[in-house]
Amino acid sequence: MKRRTFLASGAALVAAPAILRAQTKASVLRFVPEADVVIFDPVTSPSWQTRDYAYLIYDTLFGMDDENRPQPQMLEGYNVSNDGLTWTLTLRDGLKFHDNEPVRARDVVPSVRRWGARDAFGQALMAATNDISATNATNDKTVTIRLKKPFPLLPNALAKTMAYPCMVMPERIASTDPFKAITETIGSGPYRFVANERVPGAKLVFERFQGYVPRKGGTPSQTAGPKVANFDRVEWTIMQDTATAAAALQRGEIDWLQTPNNDLIPTLRSNKNIVVRTILPTGLIAYMRFNHLTPPFNNPAIRRALIGAVNQSDYMIAINGADKSLWRDGIGYFAPTSPYASKAGMEHLTSKRDYAKVKSELQKAGYKGEKVVMLVAVNIPYLKMMGEVTADMFKKIGMNYDYVATDWTTVVQRRNKTEPAEQGGWNLFSIYDNGANELDPASHLLLRGNGKEAQFGWPTMPKIEELRSAWFDAKDLGQQKKICEQIQLQAFEDVPYIPLGQSIPPTAYRKDLTGVLNGHPFFWNVRRQAG
Amino acid sequence: MFSYLGRRILATIPVMAVVAVVVFALLHLAPGDPAAVIAGDQATVEEVAKVRAQLGLDRPLAVQFASWLGNVLRGDLGRSIYDGQPVTRMIAQRVAPTLALSLCTLFVALAVSLPLGIIAAWKAGTWIDRGVMGFAVLGFSFPVFVIGYGLIYLLSLKLEWLPVQGYASLREGVGEFAAHMVMPALALGWVLSALFARMTRTSMLEVLSQDYIRTAQAKGLSNRQVLVGHALKNAAVPIVTTIGIGIALLIGGVVVTETVFAIPGVGLLTVDAILRRDYPVIQGVVLVFSAVYVLINLAVDLSYGFLDPRIRY
Repeated sequence: MKRRTFLASGAALVAAPAILRAQTKASVLRFVPEADVVIFDPVTSPSWQTRDYAYLIYDTLFGMDDENRPQPQMLEGYNVSNDGLTWTLTLRDGLKFHDNEPVRARDVVPSVRRWGARDAFGQALMAATNDISATNATNDKTVTIRLKKPFPLLPNALAKTMAYPCMVMPERIASTDPFKAITETIGSGPYRFVANERVPGAKLVFERFQGYVPRKGGTPSQTAGPKVANFDRVEWTIMQDTATAAAALQRGEIDWLQTPNNDLIPTLRSNKNIVVRTILPTGLIAYMRFNHLTPPFNNPAIRRALIGAVNQSDYMIAINGADKSLWRDGIGYFAPTSPYASKAGMEHLTSKRDYAKVKSELQKAGYKGEKVVMLVAVNIPYLKMMGEVTADMFKKIGMNYDYVATDWTTVVQRRNKTEPAEQGGWNLFSIYDNGANELDPASHLLLRGNGKEAQFGWPTMPKIEELRSAWFDAKDLGQQKKICEQIQLQAFEDVPYIPLGQSIPPTAYRKDLTGVLNGHPFFWNVRRQAG
Repeated sequence: MFSYLGRRILATIPVMAVVAVVVFALLHLAPGDPAAVIAGDQATVEEVAKVRAQLGLDRPLAVQFASWLGNVLRGDLGRSIYDGQPVTRMIAQRVAPTLALSLCTLFVALAVSLPLGIIAAWKAGTWIDRGVMGFAVLGFSFPVFVIGYGLIYLLSLKLEWLPVQGYASLREGVGEFAAHMVMPALALGWVLSALFARMTRTSMLEVLSQDYIRTAQAKGLSNRQVLVGHALKNAAVPIVTTIGIGIALLIGGVVVTETVFAIPGVGLLTVDAILRRDYPVIQGVVLVFSAVYVLINLAVDLSYGFLDPRIRY
């Protein structure tokens, strides 16, 4: 062999994998999520990554569109009896699980029950339900839900996209204890999970499920409408360093970066091959949560006084910078995109901040300089920022605080302790809630006032609980809106938490991708533009 | 020699036992509750307790330790609390990238540092010596992630020569493997080169002042023969000791390097497990790292006998 031939063959051998990759690039969507999926069960894990993973694998009875209207997804249609007490749901033709077994009504029943045991909206539905059953034995496609009282929001409950969404699984899997994570991944969604290619903490792979039949007609909109999978594979690569991920996006090594760092957004925006866009208008709502069981925040007057010191823009600038396209202040107890967001009582948050006045109100309320134990997860930059701003505010109003710098896992553990702070408990911490959780009272767990049954902080707010029940029973949107105004006014009295502003993180993807839907990262409808 | 080897291997058993006890105790006494992470935001205190019971984390520490130790003795490092994956499989999936990174880094570090250290000693006090020491000081001063970002900016974004991130195994082609390894190995290798070059220079300087070196020069041997054949061989023991320490330092360095270059190695697995308090994974990884560390020390000790015939075991 001549030297030149040898060298040329060697070069070809070295380049072969790269050429192969270039050929297959068109059929693979390479995505970088915020974090890895660690629990593969959308009913036991509220993690956003688990949810996004689940929407690839599983399908839902109803989908939710951009206007937050539920639309039939796995269903051909549904009927409601005149008295509103019987709902009949009919599955559409062609639905198959990834093991090629048909989706049957008897798979739906335990799926709804299991979800209903964990999800707050689901629990409300289950409380109103007498019985769920697969009623038509001949085609096994009909599910009947018999209610104790009308529950007009049933489609909304089954369509909700935040933790926990109601995903349909095969009967044998859906029969698992709702508190035990499932170990088998078989859904009926547009992609199937390739478990043997998973590298924990590094990579997840999904393949198009050839047996998936998208619903006919309608417009793709969030989880509603036809779910057409245009890629053979979707690969998630976990990158802990978002600067590296942003560089990889610029180089075209990845197609889609879920959440770029705010300080890298100007660089990405200036790149003509990259689209930087907000797909989740509900964003993330920062909040300061109190422990209502122990002093000083067991005193509502002290919590109320503290509202006067909170300047939402201070928090938002500290976390997001000065670019106002990335955040919003003037945020109340419902997400700004919710039909229930209102100005009721908002002057408590938006009027001029007067620290001297707050100081005097705290004294009048009975604050005697008790130490406030503030948990700050300093390993997460935005949480550290929230802690710093709160500490600065406490200095200004003369509040005695103990800044407990720790990591997030410790905060998660400690926030479950109901004991007083000096016995290992806590008084306050700050974190984000997904704005989609604050769209309505059903999913808004921070507004629950059912004491020990409520989320960490355990507020007891009977009036808000009454209003929440009334909202479920309300006949129309007008009535629901009025109730939510009352809820917000009462929240400013009870102060279960204080909203600290809304971050609106954009996503970034290569310009050759089209059809990226609003909402969470959904992988149907997305396609790569030729050329 | 063989009895020494046997004694040293036996001595690793109590070392590993102490590591096992200390790691277990530290992990379980430190704050953090995987059950609370798994149960999620909507869970009540009772629901978190239920998850804790399902995971067996409500049992007395001594019982948990005995159960874990019993499994370890049977070669079972347990399963991840979160997704039930066997820890041995998780580590096995991650070993290749970390091993490749470590070997490439060592190669870069030795290829750069030994010649530089020798030349610096040979030309002690000249601008060459000062240049080499300047290189070493810079290597010590720059954190690995800064070097990493600098390399990404230059070699990936500006020159478009190398991929930004990821790992390609040798099965994907030598070119792919090398393209993904160059920047991480350079970033991590610089720090080690600095350490090795300084130690080589110091050790060589001491040897070069010895009478037998003057004798070798007087006999008319070439500089190369004097430096490599006589000086380097006699200066090797402290250099090899430093290389052993350097390999131990690599274990810490790969965590940062793997993060910056998104290499799916054991370092990233460790950080993830610590942040989530995935006890079986942390315990498994620390045990494996400890065993590797002990073996490296043993290899370094044994190498002394080959490098210096006066050392006998």
